[in-house]
Amino acid sequence: MSQSAKDRSKFKFRLYGAGDAQNSAQAVANLTALCRAYLKDRHAIEVVNVFREPKRALADGILMTPTLVKLAPSPAPKRIVGTLSQTQPVLQALGLETLAT
Amino acid sequence: MKSLRSPLARRSSKAPTGIVGFDEITGGGLPHGRTTLLVGGPGSGKTILALQFLVHGAQHCKEPGIFVAFEESSKRIAANAESFGWNLAELRRKKLHFMDAQPMSDLVQSGNFDLSGMLASLGAQAKAMGARRIVFDALDVVLALLPDAAAKRREVYRLHEWLLACELTGLITAKAGGDEASSFSQQPFGFMQFMVDCAVILSHSVVQGVSQRNLRVQKYRGSSFDENESPFLIGARGLEVDAMRTHVRANVKVSSERVSSGVKRLDTMLGGGYYRGASVLITGFPGTAKTTLAGAFAEAACKRGERTLFVSFDSDSNEVVRDLASVGIQLGHHLKNGRLRLASARTITGSAETYLVRIKTLATEHGARCLVIDPMSTWSKSGNDSSAHSVAERLTDWSKASGITLVCTSLLDEMSSQSEGGSSLHISTLADTWIKLSYLMQAGERNRGLSIIKSRGTAHSNQVRELILSDAGVTLADTYTAGGEVLMGTLRWEKEGAERAATEVTEVAGKLRRVRLDAEEAELEVRVKSLQVELDAKHVEKALLARTTESRKGELSQGQARMKELRGADAAAPGRKSP
Repeated sequence: MSQSAKDRSKFKFRLYGAGDAQNSAQAVANLTALCRAYLKDRHAIEVVNVFREPKRALADGILMTPTLVKLAPSPAPKRIVGTLSQTQPVLQALGLETLAT
Repeated sequence: MKSLRSPLARRSSKAPTGIVGFDEITGGGLPHGRTTLLVGGPGSGKTILALQFLVHGAQHCKEPGIFVAFEESSKRIAANAESFGWNLAELRRKKLHFMDAQPMSDLVQSGNFDLSGMLASLGAQAKAMGARRIVFDALDVVLALLPDAAAKRREVYRLHEWLLACELTGLITAKAGGDEASSFSQQPFGFMQFMVDCAVILSHSVVQGVSQRNLRVQKYRGSSFDENESPFLIGARGLEVDAMRTHVRANVKVSSERVSSGVKRLDTMLGGGYYRGASVLITGFPGTAKTTLAGAFAEAACKRGERTLFVSFDSDSNEVVRDLASVGIQLGHHLKNGRLRLASARTITGSAETYLVRIKTLATEHGARCLVIDPMSTWSKSGNDSSAHSVAERLTDWSKASGITLVCTSLLDEMSSQSEGGSSLHISTLADTWIKLSYLMQAGERNRGLSIIKSRGTAHSNQVRELILSDAGVTLADTYTAGGEVLMGTLRWEKEGAERAATEVTEVAGKLRRVRLDAEEAELEVRVKSLQVELDAKHVEKALLARTTESRKGELSQGQARMKELRGADAAAPGRKSP
């Protein structure tokens, strides 16, 4: 896959959070900031409140909150737990570390 | 932090676990609607205990449950539990939910996180299925992901509060490093022990190569419990805990019914047999016919139609049947019709506790009224020295409480002193009846002697009897004492022979005397007869004489008259007169 093709692909994220808990709010903020910095205009974020939609969390096997799930682009959906405060491992997991450097 | 329970909730009912013995220790099970912590080392049986708790709830208490598996996948847990016959597949459809919550190995972590997601999911699941019980298996796995002790603590509290809010009976299992109970408090989740309402510690240790599993209830808020370590094992149906029945013992129903020992004269010696529900100990050196005596008891029990369990630690069950048949004890057909169950325990290796629990399970399954253990002394071997006595004690207690007549044999060490207390298990004090078998060496023979050392509540013979084994069965013979010595075997036989001879001599002499008297009598009778005949003859002679005299007199007077006529004499001349 060429660098340009990867650039063009859109990132779809789903963030499972626990209502307005501090961790979850932080994660939302961190994710938004990260996307703005590295994936400007080619990302979509859906936030799922596990308290409101527990069945969905159950079906998706969400244990810890906040959990970030990368749905696209493929391959393999990726999960990252935590507030996403440490940017480096997040970028690495998303395959974006080349952009960071 | 104080838990949220109200003082009223203190009297909450208990959630039975269905684990044999555990519900007795805790007085009914785990605290209902509260949290219990189960700590133990690797392989100590935490998962099985937890799963059994859920299965019992789902099957028997109408309490569906959720199993949250942090470590093993639910598939593997179910497969492992297959052998216990819990019918998980059926339960899983409705009453039992497994949630796989193993943290993925490729999980990426960035910053703080908490367990709200899981709890929210679980809350939804619990509501949907009406769950009343929940197990968090290996919570330590997920706690290990948390960066610091404060975070761990926070998550545990979160979990605890959630459990209380949902009013679920929770069981959290956690690993503890090593076997030392003392190290639990040093674990990052050690504080959990203070937080939960009930804490149970499982330990698994190896003493002289023998595995010993123990369970201990460390705390149980608002309830009394057995504080001692109780041995347990993982049996065919799950966990089996051996609870001390000290509190049950007082209520034992005492029976005055007698059961036969299988040896007629022994029954007589005991004043009718063993008491029903008594524990009988048969001690003796190797080869003193302990097994035979125990076998006779088993046969007698089967003949009465009582279900009997015979546990042999020495030989294979087929060997037992064959060996006992050689002395006229036929167990074969009792075995076939199912009245008798023979368990050869040679194959069971493990602690004395293991034996005890196995025996209890077997006896309960079989519905045994009579139980034979041959020999019990095996228990004190192989690293069980410390526990064997307490095991023996609990076996007697248990059999008594269950009304099972227990006959155990115990090997006395040939080397050990001849003293009466020579049994290494010291179970002699526990036994109600103690029969001692011994050898008597005399005149180049070894003969088996039987004596009753004690028999509680029974008048019993103080005599040593000789035990004779033959293909016709087991018999007891009187022994002879001569010159202060007990005679057995050939000496007894000789003595018996001599006595028989003496009787014969007396009999013959009597007969002889009688014959002689008969002869004398006959002789006298003959003499009486001959005299009678003689007397008769005399009578005849006398009569004859009288008659001749008469006729002669007549003749004479006729003659005189004729002469007078002839002579023409006148008056009658003086002469002979007729008599």
